[in-house]
Amino acid sequence: MVAVTAGTAIEGRVVKVSGSLVEVEGLPGAVISEVVALGRVGLLGEIVAVADGVFTVQAYEDTGGLAPGATVAALGRPLSAALGPHLLGGVFDGLLRPLSEAGEWLEPGAGAGPGDTLRWRFTPTAAPGADLAAGEAVGTLDGDGPFALLVTVPPDLPPGVPLAVESVVPAGEYAADETLAVIGGRPVTMATSWPVRRPRPFRARVDEVAALHTGQRVLDLVQPIARGSTASVPGGFGTGKTMLLQQIAKWCDADVIVYVGCGERGNEMADIVEELQSLVDPRSGRPLRLRTVVIANTSNMPMMAREASIYTGVTVAEYFRDMGLHAVVIADSTSRWAEALREFASRRGALPAEEGYPAGLASALAAFYERAGDVRTLGGGRGSVTIIGAVSPPGGDMTEPVTAHTQRFVRATWMLDRDLAYARHYPAVAWEGSFSRDAGALAGWYARNGDPTWGRRRARMGSLLAESDRLASLAELVGEGAMPGSERVVLLAGRLLRDCVLRQSALSPNDGFCSAAKGAALVDAVLAVVDRCQSLIEAGVPATRIEEADLGALVRAAEATGPADAEGVAARRDTVLAELETLS
Amino acid sequence: MTRWIGTVEHLGITRLRGPLLVVRDVHGVGWDESATVRTPDGRVRNGLVLSVDRDLAVVQVFEGTDGVGVEGTSVVFAGESTHVPVGEGWLGRVCNGRGAPIDGGPPVAGVRRAPVSGRPLNPTRREPPSEPVLTGVSAIDALTTLVRGQKLPVFSVAGLPHLELATQIAAQSTVRDAPFAVVFAGMGLTHPDVAAVRDALAERSARGELVMLLNTADDPVVERILTPRIALTVAEHLAFECGRHVLVVMADMTSYAEAVREVSADREEIPGRRAYPGYLYSDLASLYERCGRIRGVAGSVTLVPVLTMPGGDITHPVPDLTGYITEGQVVLSTAAHGSGIYPPVDPLGSLSRLMRKGAGSGRTREDHLDVAAQVMSCLSRARHVRELADLIGEEALSGTDRAYLAFAEDVERRVLSQRPDETRQIDETLDLCWRALSLLPRRELTMLAEDALARRYVARTGG
Ligand SMILES: Nc1ncnc2c1ncn2[C@@H]1O[C@H](COP(=O)(O)OP(=O)(O)OP(=O)(O)O)[C@@H](O)[C@H]1O
Ligand SMILES: [Mg+2]
Repeated sequence: MVAVTAGTAIEGRVVKVSGSLVEVEGLPGAVISEVVALGRVGLLGEIVAVADGVFTVQAYEDTGGLAPGATVAALGRPLSAALGPHLLGGVFDGLLRPLSEAGEWLEPGAGAGPGDTLRWRFTPTAAPGADLAAGEAVGTLDGDGPFALLVTVPPDLPPGVPLAVESVVPAGEYAADETLAVIGGRPVTMATSWPVRRPRPFRARVDEVAALHTGQRVLDLVQPIARGSTASVPGGFGTGKTMLLQQIAKWCDADVIVYVGCGERGNEMADIVEELQSLVDPRSGRPLRLRTVVIANTSNMPMMAREASIYTGVTVAEYFRDMGLHAVVIADSTSRWAEALREFASRRGALPAEEGYPAGLASALAAFYERAGDVRTLGGGRGSVTIIGAVSPPGGDMTEPVTAHTQRFVRATWMLDRDLAYARHYPAVAWEGSFSRDAGALAGWYARNGDPTWGRRRARMGSLLAESDRLASLAELVGEGAMPGSERVVLLAGRLLRDCVLRQSALSPNDGFCSAAKGAALVDAVLAVVDRCQSLIEAGVPATRIEEADLGALVRAAEATGPADAEGVAARRDTVLAELETLS
Repeated sequence: MTRWIGTVEHLGITRLRGPLLVVRDVHGVGWDESATVRTPDGRVRNGLVLSVDRDLAVVQVFEGTDGVGVEGTSVVFAGESTHVPVGEGWLGRVCNGRGAPIDGGPPVAGVRRAPVSGRPLNPTRREPPSEPVLTGVSAIDALTTLVRGQKLPVFSVAGLPHLELATQIAAQSTVRDAPFAVVFAGMGLTHPDVAAVRDALAERSARGELVMLLNTADDPVVERILTPRIALTVAEHLAFECGRHVLVVMADMTSYAEAVREVSADREEIPGRRAYPGYLYSDLASLYERCGRIRGVAGSVTLVPVLTMPGGDITHPVPDLTGYITEGQVVLSTAAHGSGIYPPVDPLGSLSRLMRKGAGSGRTREDHLDVAAQVMSCLSRARHVRELADLIGEEALSGTDRAYLAFAEDVERRVLSQRPDETRQIDETLDLCWRALSLLPRRELTMLAEDALARRYVARTGG
């Protein structure tokens, strides 16, 4: 939340308005990236260029009615996010102003502050006389979540330099802006502020990987992602980007989710907020909403705030990371952010590069995804920011600039396929075109964490799927009946892997989310059945008889067993194996 | 429509080009402000400020600048953005694309004036849509149920009867037990189209349940930019202040987008895909996102935009960007049209993303969602069977496969097909679905509950 302070010294004048592009004169001393308040209502904008005394301002709100001659105040600071414990469970606009405080219809310049009556329980962990450095904990907040929030020494102080704790308040209930401690002459409060375009500092990136369990089998088993990693989800309209991202937001095993609705639908935002409220976090027993920060900048809200919302979201995630927590930023859709970049660049008359996007598109994307990471925090803890971004390629064209550049900078891509979606195979993650550069390292992590066969299982699935795809195109030519039995079993294996393992309806009460154990059990069940079928073929059983066998118990296993019911899956595997036994 | 708030007449026109006009020596005029342009012959046109640079203002004239000269033309700025009167006085009226009456009546009076661009609805105040609008068209009600507060476009191709379908939806739609109204916004329609639309909607209009805004193909192109905005502004008032459920039908959005493209070219903006401007997504979203429900407020705005896909290409920017904004799509197919099916809906290519929230027990009928899922899954199987039959011949098909073909045929002829003036109740529609499903062996119907099957499945032999 950004407040407009009255009586600011520098006052300039608007000279030109063209949509979100405003030109201003008479702001001596104002600097690039400084926030300005435009006109009577104080529309927020940011200085993006200066030439011959004329400042180019990118306005974050609707400039309707703004006229040359209107006054402009430079606010003396860059665009910053107001951070604090109030973020969890809240819904904010792209500039992090609480939407719950705003009216039914959003008015420009009406940036409401958080209705600050809330108080949190603070317990100090540092005593007067101790030395603390930037980013180190002063105390903890509130203990009823699955994790504790930390109040830290502001991370903008020089790292590693010890500062004396001059005073600390006793444990008790405090408001966000009350001074909790004075350290090195600086007051420390729960509420802090951070410039959204500047990555928050940390001590070092951590080399060893750990899995982020998403609860979506096609991801966890085939194209996995590590904590602190990055993934993009490109797909044409209706291919299931939002559903997939919402499933991850609900069920992945992170501590904090920052869900950025960037230029997408209002109904979807209302829906996810309502759902998060009614769903219970299996780890804390509290509504999932309390681990989530929602940033809603729907497609009909001012376009330029989309540009900011991506940075605001990642800043919020870094703030929680610095408490030693694992945060996931979900951005739906990064293409709308890129469009905002393009729109503003074209209003400025910047030379367009590919498809009208500014030449800086690739570096802007790279810099955004670079803010992800699994790190050792300044305070010595381990925290991470994982970034998952939807990409909406025009016309489903995967070679367009945003899709193509994004894939260069992310560790994983989950490519959604229109044909799979059309066949109602969800999540429509294509096994060709998708990739995970974390998979190799994660195989080692799984091996160290109780699942030594994870890597082998994945490799076997991958080769069966590829082989069955190859044979399927052959079968279209010659007919399946003309193929040798062993190849027909491979085709069957492909079908079983798709229908029993990869397919997973977000709407299914049992199967919307899948534990690692159940996922492994499902693959193992399919592989066991496939192996049995192959040995039946070797024993001379005709392929037709195998194909006609009733595998229903296996096909329905995912839907019919609870999200963590690996035993239930194993029992169904045995039923099917017994059924196959009768064929020999 | 525009009030004469401003008093200063500006005469300093320095440039005219396409629908754009540049005036100098203006002071205190804001971006997006509304303007009136008066030519020496006394004609008045409406416009909008596209940019202000020191003392120069660029004005986009909705009626175009044909016949406007530099000499003697004056511009007056309104001191506010484009506004229209809103109120129940619109109901029963027929107007052109600018909101001026073409029904011989007096100008529409309202209870107050509202900006045509609207304001974004706070997403935290939205109520997720959850009840149906019944269109009386089986293909939509049964398989892609329209939900109050949803935006569900119709994707069509030139030559298909999408305007008939749009008109039929506008004429027949209802919600049970609540006040309802329809706003029909026609854009780029031919005169015969306009006549047909007026004729088909006359009855509803006479009942005072309908607002018609009709921009014809020979009306100024830029005016088309205004038409949907007026329609939505009127609809929002009827919905959120008068408590009605309002259905807005907008046809043809491709004509609208072409108008946007034309204006963009006149403004010399950098063209994007197929020369449409890069902001077309946001522009369309600023219209489509105006549907919805508000927590604690009675009414709703539901949107059915109709568009033609140039060359039948779904990746063309207009259908593509529409698909990225709306909540599903109803796709019309030339193949279905060719085989004489009206409305020629392609059920497998169509989807209502909100259907599961708006149909079923307490909303339409308890068996609805299962029946729809079963029909879709059987249609998709039938499609494969058809492909197979093309390869190996129908005689070589198994009995079950032949039953699938009979099922698909029955769905197309009995369920999807209906007369353009026929309203089907949802019960009748679902019963017709059951009749079609009964052509299949019971064991094939795995998505239907046992008790529903026991009640409604009556095996039929052959077609
Ligand atoms: N995992 C899933 N399980 C069940 N249904 C799904 C799933 N994914 C997608 N669907 C179906 O597809 C529809 C569209 O999905 P979604 O809204 O996620 O698409 P999208 O890629 O985000 O589209 P857009 O680009 O238009 O926002 C959903 O409403 C739902 O009916
Ligand atoms: Mg989406």
